[in-house]
Amino acid sequence: MLPEPSALELSRRAWRRRRARRSTLVALASTLLFAVVAYLVVTSAPGWPRVQATFFSPSVAWESLPEILSGLWLNLQVLLVGGVSVLAVGLLVALTRTLRGAAFAPLRLLATGYVDLFRGIPLIIVLYLVGFGFPALGLQGMPTSPFVLGTIAIVLTYSAYVAEVFRAGIESVHPSQRAAARSLGLTHRQTMRIVVLPQALRTVTPALLNDFVALQKDVGLISVLGAIDAVRSAQILVGQSFNFTPYVVAGLLFVLLAIPSARIADAVSARARRRQQSGSLL
Amino acid sequence: MSGPVLEVRSVVKAFGDNVVLRGVDLSVAEHQVVALIGGSGSGKSTLLRCASLLETVDDGQVLLDGEDVTDPRIDADQVRRRMGVVFQAYNLFPHLSVLDNVTLAPTVVHGRPKAEVLEEAHTLLARIGLSDKAGEYPDRLSGGQQQRVAIVRALAVHPRVLLLDEITSALDPELVGEVLSVVREVAAQGMTIVMATHEMGFARQVADTVAFLDGGVVLESGPPQQVLGDPVEARTRQFLSRVIDAGRL
Repeated sequence: MLPEPSALELSRRAWRRRRARRSTLVALASTLLFAVVAYLVVTSAPGWPRVQATFFSPSVAWESLPEILSGLWLNLQVLLVGGVSVLAVGLLVALTRTLRGAAFAPLRLLATGYVDLFRGIPLIIVLYLVGFGFPALGLQGMPTSPFVLGTIAIVLTYSAYVAEVFRAGIESVHPSQRAAARSLGLTHRQTMRIVVLPQALRTVTPALLNDFVALQKDVGLISVLGAIDAVRSAQILVGQSFNFTPYVVAGLLFVLLAIPSARIADAVSARARRRQQSGSLL
Repeated sequence: MSGPVLEVRSVVKAFGDNVVLRGVDLSVAEHQVVALIGGSGSGKSTLLRCASLLETVDDGQVLLDGEDVTDPRIDADQVRRRMGVVFQAYNLFPHLSVLDNVTLAPTVVHGRPKAEVLEEAHTLLARIGLSDKAGEYPDRLSGGQQQRVAIVRALAVHPRVLLLDEITSALDPELVGEVLSVVREVAAQGMTIVMATHEMGFARQVADTVAFLDGGVVLESGPPQQVLGDPVEARTRQFLSRVIDAGRL
């Protein structure tokens, strides 16, 4: 049990409470003021009625919703299959890059080259190369569905990023942990699996979740291959009605998709901070 | 009695241009306790890291039970299984409980039955007075407790030789005693030990042989009374007088 707080401590707590209340009020008032001013500026613009009708038409939004939602289902599938594959491929590449010894030099070089290439090249170009280049080879059994090809392109690009996240995590584990594990007779592989990776994963989880949020919206890019996803459905509807509202609907749906992941990422980061028990002052 | 458990022959080790060991010889018989003393940078830790195959030697040999373990054709993992190492910074695995730290190597590396290993781990933890901490994670333990667990973790693999690398250097003075008393007990039970240490008083009590490392070689070695009490070499006397000035003897 804590001892009864002294009068000094009580007055300090009261002062902190007063100041917190005042700060909140100031922040709230200034945010409201800004929102009102922004609203007035936009709605008083000469072109506002037209913009409202072409971008924010409730009736068009409602009518376009079913088709865009069914398109979004495709995005979700790419996200799920892609996300899992990215984790697997990224981890494999990261582990290859951390192999030591001359025998693994070619493998290491290959992994490094892969990361350099696919981190540098814009995703949309990879999508074009894979989506139109692979089928053009005319190989037996080569998939032609934009869903499969789009997923492959996304996995190629994102695995390069995620591999670097994993590698950073692996290298963040202090060498003394490896020394301790090896001194007990654990092999390199056992050391990685039992000692290094569990600690590395804990470190990089927030970064991985961040990449997952980025992946959520980039799955919309498979539309450039002609897959009827949320973006493509919206595009078709826009072409039919000359009203841009379906784009806004698709955009909002992607935002809704991203919010839960963003909150989970926040919560995980907060938990990591608490684990390190940093003080409340800094 | 058979040959030495651990033998170091003319070992050379350099890090870049910095030659740390210039031909070290050391022989450790069964049940013997050898204390390595010397200034910082004299190569005590490097020698232990070479002996435990955490570093490759640049020349010379390390023999464990007569087998040349510096031969590149041998399986280093197999050799490390037969040694126990305790580090200055404990190096417990922070994501594993105390019990899992202790049982990891016996089960995963040695493939011993889980039940048997658990029973032994509990016995070992009881001996160091940490039975109630078996389920705790290392960051909830004091430095002294962590280092005692690290000793038990090394003992759980039934090593031929225990290598202690300045295991009390990171501890508060009041925690040093509890760790040293564990070492004293382990030594009394006949464990073969090589320890790098700054605790001259402890070396005098526990060690059978004290070896003074200086300039990358063992300058002087012998019974503690002789090396610590009446050293032959001027460098040894100089080192010991500095230790005495610092109030560590």
